[in-house]
Amino acid sequence: MAVLVIADHDNASLKDSTNKTVTAALALSGDVDVLVAGKDAKAAADAAAKIAGVRKVLLAESDELGQGLAEAVEATVLPLMGGYDAVLTPATSQGKNFSPRIAAKLDVAQISEIVEVVSNDTFVRPIYAGNALETVQSSDAKKVITVRATAFKAAGEGGSASVENVAAGAASAKIKFVDQQLVKSARPELAGAKIVVSGGRAMGSAEEFSKVIEPLADKLGAAVGASRAAVDAGYAPNDYQVGQTGKVVAPELYVAIGISGAIQHLAGMKDSKVIVAINKDADAPIFQVADFGLVADYKTAVPELMDALTAAGK
Amino acid sequence: MKVLVPVKRVIDSNVKARVKSDQSGVDLANVKMSINPFCEIAVEEAVRLKEKGVATEVVVVSIGPAQAQETLRQALAMGADRGVLIQSDQDLEPLEVAKVLKAVIAEEAPGVVIMGKQAIDGDNNATGQMLAALLDWPQATFASAIELSADKAKVTREVDGGLQTIEATLPAIITADLRLNEPRYASLPNIMKAKKKPLDVKEVATLGVDLKPHLKVLKVAEPAKRSAGIKVETAGDLVANLKTAGVL
Ligand SMILES: Cc1cc2nc3c(=O)[nH]c(=O)nc-3n(C[C@H](O)[C@H](O)[C@H](O)COP(=O)(O)OP(=O)(O)OC[C@H]3O[C@@H](n4cnc5c(N)ncnc54)[C@H](O)[C@@H]3O)c2cc1C
Repeated sequence: MAVLVIADHDNASLKDSTNKTVTAALALSGDVDVLVAGKDAKAAADAAAKIAGVRKVLLAESDELGQGLAEAVEATVLPLMGGYDAVLTPATSQGKNFSPRIAAKLDVAQISEIVEVVSNDTFVRPIYAGNALETVQSSDAKKVITVRATAFKAAGEGGSASVENVAAGAASAKIKFVDQQLVKSARPELAGAKIVVSGGRAMGSAEEFSKVIEPLADKLGAAVGASRAAVDAGYAPNDYQVGQTGKVVAPELYVAIGISGAIQHLAGMKDSKVIVAINKDADAPIFQVADFGLVADYKTAVPELMDALTAAGK
Repeated sequence: MKVLVPVKRVIDSNVKARVKSDQSGVDLANVKMSINPFCEIAVEEAVRLKEKGVATEVVVVSIGPAQAQETLRQALAMGADRGVLIQSDQDLEPLEVAKVLKAVIAEEAPGVVIMGKQAIDGDNNATGQMLAALLDWPQATFASAIELSADKAKVTREVDGGLQTIEATLPAIITADLRLNEPRYASLPNIMKAKKKPLDVKEVATLGVDLKPHLKVLKVAEPAKRSAGIKVETAGDLVANLKTAGVL
């Protein structure tokens, strides 16, 4: 059995979710290749070649692949699938965009967001906002899988795979990239951060959100997250949303400030190692999953926490 | 332009799903069911397009049990014109749903399909993309803004890292994300009116689509429970505890 992993990257570098997906792939087979589809992405391909256990790296480049258009990724991957029994993609917004297309074209099911590989054909995946774990067995000859990266350890370095160019698939004339507005930040990326500080509806405004959440995040070297309510209200960009329908995170430390702990929010953070909640309502559901709860108004609690961290040498 | 909106009947988003004790699935007996929230957003968008004069007809289609008629009536009460139920008592996988929708689209010939990005039961986030691939139509997933003209859809998409704008030549598949709009509440008069709107029911078997399952559910288990920890009194106590826990 040979497995293709489609890398998550920004052309210049590889995202940690790729290493984690390689770990899931290695649980299926020893023959794991990585496809880097992008534009001017040699650096990302070279990084993939260093992942321990990778047999070969395939590099496909075109403008449309650089723009991440799903049609172009699918057209690149399909001709390669003759040589593979499974294709694994991190369940990022990009992976979720193109992977089901590959499944449909191969006439197979997609096994979405797996958190465990039980055997070659059997996988565990969360359903109902993570309130249930479903074990499914696939009868398809080829498996198309997206991987919840937080559930797997990152494959280490030490590999020296070759990098081979492959043809970029033809782009669709029916779709055109117009532009993008990416959030620029010097902070660690939310999906892979060791510490995450998230703010909720309690912030009340974008100004308050940045005044309260960002300095605390910076003091801790943390990424910033938010609840859906905070994103909907425009306090934080969409990219910050943690939850069932946003990003799933599992940092060492997750700090929820002014977040009630709705099922959909918990779905995105309840696998964090240590959870801290600051909320003025002692009955807020977030306290049912928090290791350390502080029942307080964040307006006084966060400045005190900043001082306590300073006192502790942070 | 005709807009087609697929809608799914799912567990209400305020209800916590419970696993059956024999691990055969999630217990849905006597549980409140509703229109999938993302489908509701898609219906709202289609109705707004009609109100703006861009869409001429909004057709809602559901694939599911007889009770999915309630879901369709809910969409009709929001302002959709006509409903189609493809009745199936078998729980279909996203690929099979996409195949059934493809057959419906062959009959209805819509100019655009707007649908939810994800159903909150299976959490697959796959049907729209599969449908686009099967039809060879362009896709614009995770939409937070849609500008429709006679032959193009300009769509702003929520992606990791921010927002992306793409332009698709119609017909196309668009999947709705949370920020696309805030769905209206149906008024009582509109709920009454919806009862008289046309709703066709067809058996899924009459479509001649291959519905063979690809996945077998071996078991559905409850995830490990996280137990509540302790309450701390002060920010200082919190920092001390975090140091002990080794996360600072
Ligand atoms: C289809 C669907 C998908 C969804 N997906 C997501 C998702 O991915 N992620 C997500 O987060 N949500 C999601 N939601 C929304 C979710 O159900 C909740 O509505 C949302 O998480 C609530 O956000 P919140 O906790 O910030 O706001 P609220 O629930 O309003 O909570 C605010 C909290 O702040 C506390 N508070 C207020 N003032 C203060 C103060 N001064 N000091 C301290 N505490 C204070 C309050 O006690 C309260 O607990 C989804 C919902 C649906 C229907």
